[in-house]
Amino acid sequence: MPTRTISPFASTSPSPSLDAINEKKDQSRRPSFSKNKFTSLFGGSSPKARSEAAALREALIAQQQALLDSPSPQQINSATLSLPTINLTTATGEKMPSEAKTIFQPPSPEEAKRTARAHAQFGPLGSSSHRYTSQFDGEFGDPIEDEPPYYFLITTYISYLILIVFGHVRDFFGKRFRRRHYSHLKERDGYAPLNNDFDNFYTRRLKMRINDCFSRPTTGVPGRFITLLDRKSNDGNKTFTFTGTQTETLNMSSYNYLGFAQSDGPCADAAEVAIKKYGLSLASPRSDAGTSDLTVEVENLVADFVGKPAAMVFSMGFVTNATAFPTLVGKGCLMISDELNHSSIRFGARLSGSMIAMFKHNDMRDLEKRLRDAISQGQPRTHRPWKKILVAVEGLYSMEGTMCNLPALVELKKKYKFNLFVDEAHSVGALGPRGRGVCDYFNIDPKEVDILMGTLTKSFGANGGYLAADKSIIDKLRTQNAAMLFAESPAPPVLMQIASSLRVITGDLCPGQGEERLQRLAFNSRYLRLGLKRLGFIVYGHDDSPIVPVIIYNTAKLPAFSHEMLKRKISVVVVGYPATPLVSSRARFCLSAAHTKDDLDRMLEACDEIGDVLQLKFSSGVAGGALPEELQPTDKESLRQQNGKPAPPRWQLEHVLKRGVDDVKVLLR
Amino acid sequence: MDLNEAQDTLVRLLNDASARFHQLPGSAIALRYIKSSYQNDPVRSAIELFLFLFAVRYMMASSYSTAKNKQVKLSEQIDELVEDWTPEPLVAPPTQIEEMENEKRPVIVGPTGPKSKLSNGRTVTNLASYNFYNFVANETLKEKAIQTLREYGVGPCGPPGFYGTQDVHIKTEADVAAHLGTPACIIYAQAFSTISSVIPSFSKRGDIIVADKAVNYSVRKGMQISRSTVRWYEHNDMEDLEKVLKKVLKENQGRGLTRRFIITEGLFENVGDVVNLPKLIELKLKYKFRLILDETWSYGVLGRTGRGVTEAQNVDAREVDMIIGSLSGPLCAAGGFCAGTEEVVEHQRIGSASYTYSAALPALLSTTASETIAMLQDQPEILSGLRENIKAMRGQLDPRSDWVKCTSVPDNPILILVLKPEVVKSKNLSAQDQGQLFQDVVDECISNGVLITRLKSMPPGVGVAPRDQGWQPVPALKVCVTSGLTRKETEKAGTVIRHAITKIVSRRK
Repeated sequence: MPTRTISPFASTSPSPSLDAINEKKDQSRRPSFSKNKFTSLFGGSSPKARSEAAALREALIAQQQALLDSPSPQQINSATLSLPTINLTTATGEKMPSEAKTIFQPPSPEEAKRTARAHAQFGPLGSSSHRYTSQFDGEFGDPIEDEPPYYFLITTYISYLILIVFGHVRDFFGKRFRRRHYSHLKERDGYAPLNNDFDNFYTRRLKMRINDCFSRPTTGVPGRFITLLDRKSNDGNKTFTFTGTQTETLNMSSYNYLGFAQSDGPCADAAEVAIKKYGLSLASPRSDAGTSDLTVEVENLVADFVGKPAAMVFSMGFVTNATAFPTLVGKGCLMISDELNHSSIRFGARLSGSMIAMFKHNDMRDLEKRLRDAISQGQPRTHRPWKKILVAVEGLYSMEGTMCNLPALVELKKKYKFNLFVDEAHSVGALGPRGRGVCDYFNIDPKEVDILMGTLTKSFGANGGYLAADKSIIDKLRTQNAAMLFAESPAPPVLMQIASSLRVITGDLCPGQGEERLQRLAFNSRYLRLGLKRLGFIVYGHDDSPIVPVIIYNTAKLPAFSHEMLKRKISVVVVGYPATPLVSSRARFCLSAAHTKDDLDRMLEACDEIGDVLQLKFSSGVAGGALPEELQPTDKESLRQQNGKPAPPRWQLEHVLKRGVDDVKVLLR
Repeated sequence: MDLNEAQDTLVRLLNDASARFHQLPGSAIALRYIKSSYQNDPVRSAIELFLFLFAVRYMMASSYSTAKNKQVKLSEQIDELVEDWTPEPLVAPPTQIEEMENEKRPVIVGPTGPKSKLSNGRTVTNLASYNFYNFVANETLKEKAIQTLREYGVGPCGPPGFYGTQDVHIKTEADVAAHLGTPACIIYAQAFSTISSVIPSFSKRGDIIVADKAVNYSVRKGMQISRSTVRWYEHNDMEDLEKVLKKVLKENQGRGLTRRFIITEGLFENVGDVVNLPKLIELKLKYKFRLILDETWSYGVLGRTGRGVTEAQNVDAREVDMIIGSLSGPLCAAGGFCAGTEEVVEHQRIGSASYTYSAALPALLSTTASETIAMLQDQPEILSGLRENIKAMRGQLDPRSDWVKCTSVPDNPILILVLKPEVVKSKNLSAQDQGQLFQDVVDECISNGVLITRLKSMPPGVGVAPRDQGWQPVPALKVCVTSGLTRKETEKAGTVIRHAITKIVSRRK
């Protein structure tokens, strides 16, 4: 289908961008579907007579001002309400038209409220230039991991040391003078403690200090904005009480890659129909009476989508992995797993009873060495050949933002004849020009991968997981898979959400919208990543990945970063040891198609300020973000200082924002 | 001459050196220390000097691998071996039974309910779903769910730790805790994975688990993951349990205190009978074990208001250390829960894999669970209505059939029907024969308009020899009674099942 150059959002929304107005010349190219479908979708009422954009200009500027004051949708309402109705009446003596021609009618309060609500879940596209196609190009290299000056590494270790020493001192006195608080770690009338004192130390003395940054309760849709329930703690984060207020924050934390977390729109409408028609539950495991025509339909849709002959869906992503491996490998089989694979893969691998080996994250040389070792040595002790070898990798790693090196894996697979399992939990929907995941991104035939697993929680805004493979494999799994036999089947509204979001992506439903979502996500991912690099942050991962981890190093800066962001009404995820290596504590941003460029600019501004306050800008320039030619310093002094090394990028925020949109579309440096 | 000169120089140098050494501040102390500590024993000094030099050499030496010598070294040989190696196909070819299962799995068209339409166009009486109270068809529940959908969307798009905890989850947790009467509760996104994850978050390597032999698949998998020492006792045999507990205590005397758990089910998924909770509590307290009770099949079913075994047998829920239950079966929502003390619950929020690493429960299913719990509490007649139907169904099957008996307790809406021992004996039926026979009964029932299922055996895992499979349930038919049918309809369906059993089993020689 032809690429749409403009978005219908632009004209139906009070967008702060004036691009909307400049686009009127493109109007003849606007496909007819855009008005009826999208306006009804997002609850927007399109102002009549779009060609009279000049009349709109004033109104838009007023709204833009309101938006700049506060991005909260309530503010938009009040601004919208004050708009006058503009009528055109001809003053000539000719035949008067019986009714005045209205060129601008301010939306009714309910409509304005609805639009604002929809935009809080899915932001309107500011400009047609804010799109990009996520497609692998050139040679796949490991991303360069920058390192901070030694000072930061050493202080990180020291800060852990201080925390640990402090914790032990507190424990020492606490155990003597406040016995009651430690009773749960001691033997109690013949029962061993449930929590091991030693294991519990980390939670008690390190995590507890920053507990307010985790598990923040929310309400409403986790879309472009997320509403947090404010809470406070008077006892060092042991317990929280709700203050009763709410804060609407920019959501940089949910896995809402394609922005399908919405309570309006085609998916929610379809889910409502499903509830009315099918009820809320199938109330039975799949193999008994929990398979409905809807389940079969979704399985076929998923199979078609990922490019495999057959698929099966589960009601939980974790269980998909946990029950898949015991049906594939067992005694006498070898599983080689990436060291950073998700907990659910480890869970499944341990249940399977096969031998488990690990290779260094994304290190294909290490994998090949292990394969050669395994095949030549056979099983331990008996030296019998392995029955089969299964290599399990993830498409996109959720803490690193790196993708698996699929081209190299497929090469190795041809040579070493192992089976390949790719967990696309984060990559399906989020990568590739058609959103089909890593295979699509690298333009590799899905046939090359034996089993494609993924979750339906993230990109599709639903819940559950899927396995896709050849029909013979799936047929076998249907009879052997424990989740199929004993676990609850996915609920009808969840199934319908999957089906409708898949249809939107493929273009069967609301054509053009899926493509827009994919391209906006790709643009947003690259835009934020490039901006952060240019500001001087150390960012891990591949350029097209929608997961952007910013490395913070010093643990004490984690809560500071989170609090500073919250002050600026942005919710972010911070992670430290043990989810990451000891030194590389990080903040992780998850991009979404629901974000607009303005949201990301706001994010960059916040990062810029916080980065200065917390001293987080320590990239050396090896990982990109360098100044362009014309901005490079030319005087000899600074050139000599650089000594051939790239200059550490420390751009001014305004330069980052100014050049971002254009530079995103070339190879990121 | 030369030699003398050299000797002189040497002596002079040595004298010089010793003079210098003596001039050094503290040298006298060092000398005295060496002399006294080595007691003027030059041999010992020499040995220690040698040891010191050896240590230096050892530290300086280059490192080498301690791995055992590999049998194959040359890379050409490895290439050859790689070429020769042919792996088995990823999955084994399907057996006849598996093909049959895939073919015969019923597909329901449209909503599930007491009367369901199958994909072959027939409308059948559905006695295979856990839709005991017919909440699936409840319009109020649908209405509330749609309201939640319009406020929260479908998925929460994140794990509970990262902005996936919604206010509705907190409410459902409080509702379940209040219903059961425990201090706290935690909600998981799926019932099946709940206990598999709860067990390993508390019981670690070296801890001891004593479990009933007939516990369900997910409990077994949880114990496997925990790597704890597992001891089994005969199904529901409290005397045997006491024996095992005594034995465990005796074996572990003087070994230091480890965590010890008894794990069993409230209503047994595979047998249908109920645990003797008061006795179990007595034993647990006597021998100082903690009790993990899987109430997946009893929560929402037993007791006056559906609180489960604790209510039915008059036991305080706080006596049980952890109660695991399901919100997906009778409650017609989704997800599972673990209820216990604050300490138990808070530990799971960071220590339980399928809670921490999985997305939270969709909000609309969470509110549905809250609603159904409230309905059970406010309208206990819902439960008594179901019990009438269970009685009616049992009346048709258990005493009246010559071939099968029901192992479920009278209040269990899931009727587990096994062949009578004398029938198995007289017809000489293996487990596989019985499974086949029951599959024929299921087919016969469907063709007469009643949908029931078989009890599924536990998948053995790849490459596990049949003798290592462990305990397997006795092949059985599973009939799920629902209050969505009238008493008359239930009796009629029961008659159909009884006749089908008679027809199929009596035909078998």
